[in-house]
Amino acid sequence: MSEARGPESSVEPIAVERGASLWRDALVRLRKNHLAAAGLVALFALLVVSLLTPWIAPYGYEDQDLALGAVPPSGAHWFGTDLLGRDLFTRVLYGGRISLLVGFAATGVSLCVGVLYGACAGYLGGRTDALMMRFVDILYSLPFVIFVIILTVYFGRNIVLLFMAIGAVEWLTMARIVRGQVMSLRQKEFIEATTVMGLPRHRVLLWHLIPNTLGPIIVYATLTVPRVMLMEAFLSYLGLGVQAPMSSWGLLINEGVQTMENRPWMLIFPSLALSITLFSLNFLGDGLRDALDVRASKD
Amino acid sequence: MTRPLLELRALRVHFPVYSGLIRRRLAGTVRAVDGVSLDVAPGETVGLVGESGCGKSTLARAVVRLVPCTGGTVSFEGREISAMREPAFRALRPRLQLIFQDPYASLNPRMTVFDALAEPLRVHGLADGRDVRRRVSDLMELVGLAPRFMRKYPHEFSGGQRQRIAIARALALEPRLVIADEPVSALDVSVQAQILNLIARLREQMGLTLLFIAHDLSVVHYLSHRIAVMYLGRLVELGPASEVFYRPRHPYTRALISAIPVPDPVKEKTRQRVALHDEPASALNPPSGCAFRPRCPWAEPRCAEIVPPLESCGEGHQAACIRLEDI
Repeated sequence: MSEARGPESSVEPIAVERGASLWRDALVRLRKNHLAAAGLVALFALLVVSLLTPWIAPYGYEDQDLALGAVPPSGAHWFGTDLLGRDLFTRVLYGGRISLLVGFAATGVSLCVGVLYGACAGYLGGRTDALMMRFVDILYSLPFVIFVIILTVYFGRNIVLLFMAIGAVEWLTMARIVRGQVMSLRQKEFIEATTVMGLPRHRVLLWHLIPNTLGPIIVYATLTVPRVMLMEAFLSYLGLGVQAPMSSWGLLINEGVQTMENRPWMLIFPSLALSITLFSLNFLGDGLRDALDVRASKD
Repeated sequence: MTRPLLELRALRVHFPVYSGLIRRRLAGTVRAVDGVSLDVAPGETVGLVGESGCGKSTLARAVVRLVPCTGGTVSFEGREISAMREPAFRALRPRLQLIFQDPYASLNPRMTVFDALAEPLRVHGLADGRDVRRRVSDLMELVGLAPRFMRKYPHEFSGGQRQRIAIARALALEPRLVIADEPVSALDVSVQAQILNLIARLREQMGLTLLFIAHDLSVVHYLSHRIAVMYLGRLVELGPASEVFYRPRHPYTRALISAIPVPDPVKEKTRQRVALHDEPASALNPPSGCAFRPRCPWAEPRCAEIVPPLESCGEGHQAACIRLEDI
């Protein structure tokens, strides 16, 4: 919160000591967890690489060399090439862009929708809450794959749809988690104090309830990203996700699986990229859960 | 005589208890507050004592409408607030503040002191722009905290300091009535005295009316003009502080006061004690007649038949016992 720093100069100057927020404490604890810290670094590196892909990729992702065909890794093609003679390193880089984009965007969607929805349900309680959560239950009961197939049948295949489909499923769990958190927070005295002070509801929701659920939310979000990426891989594997010539890790792995006996590199490298990302996210999520655990910290 | 600032008339707060997983049946009713009438005059401090679970906190929460009343009325500044709708009541809320028992739970752990104190000021339009910082600074000094700590978070303070922040937050709204719900029972004994002195000082300085809740009679005696003693949801004794403290009439009050240790070894040895046996009865299933009857050393069969009303037994002194003359 950065408001009201302006007038400091007008009042008698006092040296205001900065406090250590719970966030900073959590960061210190996170740094002590080497696996989580390594995960954070690896993720950061991956993000930078995928942002810079168009400049660092040695070939175009569509550039074919049919005469070359599939060759194993070499100096010219670090990860080898696929059946159409496309450079696999380039395609893994471009695939990473899509996979990471899908992972983070869909998680972002599920975060926004799920947090607001869950917090409202938990805070309002009673009949509203029951109604809102039954709606979630109904959506939960729809089989995911059929849901996506129906969507693709109606709207054709495109990547935005993929976000929507995955986001639409993922926010449900988020909403449940946040609702539970908010319901237990609502009993706390500092939330009751907001009622006694006569603060408006939206303020209580945005400034008192949601900030105090952020710990579990962030942890769950980091665990959602890898799941979404696996979902994308799964959908691409079924032919419902990303379309050629664009690539994604899921798509590359799918191609690799089909020819893994003769051309193992086509499976190994995309799988490695996906695994590293998933491990990093899981380690980071695990580390964050420990770091943000209020019971472990001084409160 | 001026009109009381706060009037409780036969206030009842009952909680239904359900049993059964699928078919929810009403299994009983917890009578947390069961017909309490009490006035608090402007400028007065009324102490409310009773043991854990006797309903004193519920009473406080019912007054600020954290729990709904199931019967009776609460009037504040002559207006019946128990019947108001929340939007109408919100305008009155600043004038009626509550200090919570546990300063570790009553402050938002993600907000600095500044944010915690500035928020009520801004929301209720009591200060804006550059005034906010000055007001926050003043408030912190008022409760004995250095303003340079305003950017710190609650977990960086001790329990006593946190309670000071909570008090400052309640006072930020310039309330007329402050209800303090056991404000010192979560604190170390050494800190308790500081907070009590602070409350006493603020009361004089700001002309506060105070409803002070505690389970410790000596704490209440130190602060209050009048003392109300509660047992199982009802008032059993009400009177001027020194009257209740030095000449208690109700058997329960006598037991409470005789349990206070005297800081003098010689006198302590000869101290007369009223020993109580058994646990307090459950508010879910209170005994017939006088609720205190099963534990009362003076109880007789008659006590099981009538619920004793508060009866006058001296200047402004009332007690609810049918054997007042005998004991």
